[in-house]
Amino acid sequence: MSIFVDENTKVVYQGLTGSQGRYYGLLNRAYGTNVVAGTNPKKAGEDIEGIPIFATVGDAVKATGANASCVFIPAPGVKDAVLDAAEGGVEFIVVITEGVPAHDEAWFFSKLERDFPKVQLLGPNCPGIISPGKCNIGITAGHIAKPGGPVGIVSRSGTLTYQALYELQQKDIGVTTCVGIGGDPVPGTSFIDCLERFQADPETKAIMMFGEIGGSAEEEAAEYITAHVTKPVVSYIAGVTAPPGKKMGHAGAIISGGKGTADAKMEALRAAGVKVGLNPTEAGILMAEVVAGL
Amino acid sequence: MDLFEYQGKQFFARYGIAISPGEVAFTVDNAVAAAERLGYPVVVKAQVLVGGRGKAGGIKLAGSADEVREHAGNILGLDIKGHVVKRLWIEKASDIAKEYYASFTLDRSAKQYLGMLSAQGGIEIEEVAVSDTEGQCREWVAAARLDPEAVEGAVQILMKLYEAYVDGDADLVEINPLILTTDGEVRALDAKVTVDDNSVFRHPDYAEYDEIQHRDEREEAAHEKGLQYVGLDGAVGIIANGAGLAMSTVDIVSQVGGSPANFLDIGGGANADVMAGALEVINNDPLVKSIFINIFGGITKGEEVANGILTALERVTIDAPIVIRLDGTNADQGRAILTPHLSDRLQMQPTMLEAARTAVALAGGPAQ
Repeated sequence: MSIFVDENTKVVYQGLTGSQGRYYGLLNRAYGTNVVAGTNPKKAGEDIEGIPIFATVGDAVKATGANASCVFIPAPGVKDAVLDAAEGGVEFIVVITEGVPAHDEAWFFSKLERDFPKVQLLGPNCPGIISPGKCNIGITAGHIAKPGGPVGIVSRSGTLTYQALYELQQKDIGVTTCVGIGGDPVPGTSFIDCLERFQADPETKAIMMFGEIGGSAEEEAAEYITAHVTKPVVSYIAGVTAPPGKKMGHAGAIISGGKGTADAKMEALRAAGVKVGLNPTEAGILMAEVVAGL
Repeated sequence: MDLFEYQGKQFFARYGIAISPGEVAFTVDNAVAAAERLGYPVVVKAQVLVGGRGKAGGIKLAGSADEVREHAGNILGLDIKGHVVKRLWIEKASDIAKEYYASFTLDRSAKQYLGMLSAQGGIEIEEVAVSDTEGQCREWVAAARLDPEAVEGAVQILMKLYEAYVDGDADLVEINPLILTTDGEVRALDAKVTVDDNSVFRHPDYAEYDEIQHRDEREEAAHEKGLQYVGLDGAVGIIANGAGLAMSTVDIVSQVGGSPANFLDIGGGANADVMAGALEVINNDPLVKSIFINIFGGITKGEEVANGILTALERVTIDAPIVIRLDGTNADQGRAILTPHLSDRLQMQPTMLEAARTAVALAGGPAQ
């Protein structure tokens, strides 16, 4: 099995008519994702290589049965796009766009929690999600992921997500689902959301979790692991040597007021029984040992 | 982006938050003229984007033009934790009866706004998850047990501060201290404001704050090229694609005993233009003795990455030896393209770890 998305997921791409949306939408379709629709209020009725364009997500859902959306809209339009997707009736929304203001993120996170509690948001500023062999939504290169399991991956960073997939592929280890939750201050999906689902998924036997400096999501994940996760977890935290007060590329990757350091996160994870690698390769080796012992 | 105190106060004033009269000054003469207009006594305050100004001698009370001249002369050019003072804020001195603390920020774990209010500057802070009702501000002020004569003024300021926080797309608005004057007025005596870089499309005027951000020469050069760069003080220059991989590369260079010169993320792909810009920035860093290019090809294929690197190297003359690690999609094809060009000056290693070790050795070996 896989978490969040599988072969039954039907995806509408918001911004399919833009250059990024078109490029990745078609790439995702070539991978095998059910790309059923795109949206653009000005181009309703047209199509992109056979994919019909609708004015709103609601129209797309009615016509195609779409149950997930992927947002490639530029940052100023993301707030409206997320609302359009939730009102349109999809259950899973992936926002790839980076540069979304934190107040917009906080606003639509609360809005979804209050008015659309069944909707799961992933991102913004994330690489997306892939259940190898079934569904790939976003900008992950599909061929670096080996289908099948037994490992589930969750990561804040996009390129480290790829690195994690690649390390496992090189060792012939398959992946149930790989979720990139993104590096922004208010991620729609948290480590804990993913840990909960991986724990419940019978095909996932071990979990790879890649974090980075900033915030306290890794510490909260460690607490959750102690209380609820019985499957082995291997982790790596990027930014051990990051200087305080500097944003390391991601809006959320900043050590502020002495909080959010890699050392504190690794400490918390080790205390929760997690095997912590000091670099992605070491984490891959640790995971190979875990898988060999399953 | 962080704002200077005076910019923070101007930001507050736009939302109707009471501040003391003051003027910004760039020279000693400016400072004296401002003080003459404001009337004595005034406070001469260093404008820097770092805490601890007072202890460093960056805030002085002045009762006359001579005193303003003396203090302004001493403070301008003062180095406060690596930040050199180039601007002063000359403010009419306040008669302070009581000092409080107020702020709004984002609670990342709760994913909601967090307000803080304290009657005793930083201790016994009352925290609330905020939604903007006057009633809530009133309850909150009551809970924080401010002095009775400060209650009304504090409620008004908190409501305005909340509006400034949300409407102004701020990451942080902090008033420390929020004062009650001897004649019963509540005012912001200091202002610490950080606005969200990502909100500039809604606030075009925020572009002016970009210029004042604290960057060294290298960071400034990288910023002009639109690169995500953070300067460090080591000898191994680092270029990687993706923020996570770039952080990880800095880590691994340190782990094998080296000292990273920088964090530099060139984004998802690795096209020749961006790579050339990145190499230029690193090449201009006099401390750099070797360069580690760490690229993982995802959607971008290995051969495109390899060609990008070669084209960039044709355009920029690099002083330090380079070590490349290229992995991911079509890595074999990419490596085949690079192979004929390899030399002592341009090396390639199959893994991140081996590449890091080589780069560190080329930079003079692990630190002892």
